[in-house]
Amino acid sequence: MKNQIDEKRDNNAVDKKIKRRSFIAYLTFLTVGLSAFEGWKWLYHAPSETPGVTGRARKPLRAALNKTESFFKQFFSPDHLVKTYPKSWAAKNVRVNSDIGMTDKNFNPENWSLSVLRSDTDVLKISLKELRELPKTEIVFDFKCVEGWDQIQHWGGVKFADFITHFRLEAHTGMAYVGMKTPDGKYFVGLDMESAMHPQTILAYEMNGQPLIPQHGEPLRLIIPVKYGIKNLKRIGTISFSNQRPADYWAMRGYDYYSGL
Amino acid sequence: MKIIKEKHSLVMRWTHWINFPILGIMIWSGLLIYWANHSYSISIFGFTLFRFFPDSFFTFLHIPYRLAEGMAFHFLFMWFFALNGFFYVLYTLISGEWRQLIPQKNSFTEAWQVILHDLHIRRSLPAQNKYNAAQRIAYTAIILMGFGSLFTGLAIYKPVQFYWICWLCGGYHFARILHFALTIGYVFFFLIHVVQVILAGWRNFSSVISGFEVIETSQKVHGEAGNNSDDPA
Repeated sequence: MKNQIDEKRDNNAVDKKIKRRSFIAYLTFLTVGLSAFEGWKWLYHAPSETPGVTGRARKPLRAALNKTESFFKQFFSPDHLVKTYPKSWAAKNVRVNSDIGMTDKNFNPENWSLSVLRSDTDVLKISLKELRELPKTEIVFDFKCVEGWDQIQHWGGVKFADFITHFRLEAHTGMAYVGMKTPDGKYFVGLDMESAMHPQTILAYEMNGQPLIPQHGEPLRLIIPVKYGIKNLKRIGTISFSNQRPADYWAMRGYDYYSGL
Repeated sequence: MKIIKEKHSLVMRWTHWINFPILGIMIWSGLLIYWANHSYSISIFGFTLFRFFPDSFFTFLHIPYRLAEGMAFHFLFMWFFALNGFFYVLYTLISGEWRQLIPQKNSFTEAWQVILHDLHIRRSLPAQNKYNAAQRIAYTAIILMGFGSLFTGLAIYKPVQFYWICWLCGGYHFARILHFALTIGYVFFFLIHVVQVILAGWRNFSSVISGFEVIETSQKVHGEAGNNSDDPA
């Protein structure tokens, strides 16, 4: 008799415990689940950032992109080189993905010269001939597009670091950014100085050993293997230096500003 | 009488349910990225069996022309995916729960018997602990796959700075294929997992929220949880 009463009391205690633990567990599950869902809705419908040097990304996501960038920048080293390939591996049919900034029908490469803004009032003009007289650097590497395709390509031109030394622009490399623009100003990129000065960054005037053709940025384009294709500006018109981020075409359209590889 | 049998630890339950929506967001944002160059397909002798994915699939899920958005979400939630996974693995190693999880010597033969049982071809199940042999293999594989996604993801994300990771993944191009294949693997895992959870029933599902299962025992047997094998899920 006494045993049976004990058992009943035990059973009640277990029942109570089951109820209490289940209640707490399910309440937590539902509360956290609902808050997570609300959090997601907030993020998904978060307003766009104020348009500026970057644009069109949700405000919190832009902040996250910038934070992530500063984290991964720590791993950047000029000694980390992009893998190179033999020339015979390079694509003969080099992919063309964009002509933004190159639609001006009156553009004549014969009259072109590169403008380097040493200051707002001091513009250095450089002809293609002058650039061709500098030591040539060639690179065969896997060009990577932000869209996801990649292609082994062969480019030749002046190493950006050599260009800086030759035209005595060293003082400007103390600044944080380099900006580049097409002559019509319709395509433009901003680059952090470390990436621009990376030993594999070149101002290219040749593709597959031949002078650049119009759709690949004749007469001079940027090849920067430590960045996605979107930063590899075709038909360079002006180069400038600054401590603020220069405007960047695709960063203004929701892409990461750094876009480093 | 009823007995409370502890089944899943608090950390396992939290990390499991945190991972679920994060992985969902990673797969979705991954699709937004993949669409921009959706070039993968399965072909035999030049004949395309399946294209990843048909256009209707993309339009139905409202995927096209959202690459920038996809990258922004992917590169935020990758942190949570990684941290949650890292925390789970660390806990599982330290707590010793890995012993119930990793496959044993006989797991691979036993897993076959479990599959036959689940397909109603074989009557009996091999004796098991918390997880059966098939579960041990599946749940260990999914952890390795998670690590694989991080690793191949880093190879694609920073192929120059982490050139050695990229090299270990067989190069940039192959790393992308692996990263994609792993995602397909998650989807298959998810489908089978959900079917198994439904078959195993409410009691089993509930234990991943509450942490315990209630076991009915005959009155005389005190404090013995019985040899009930847990339902596979």
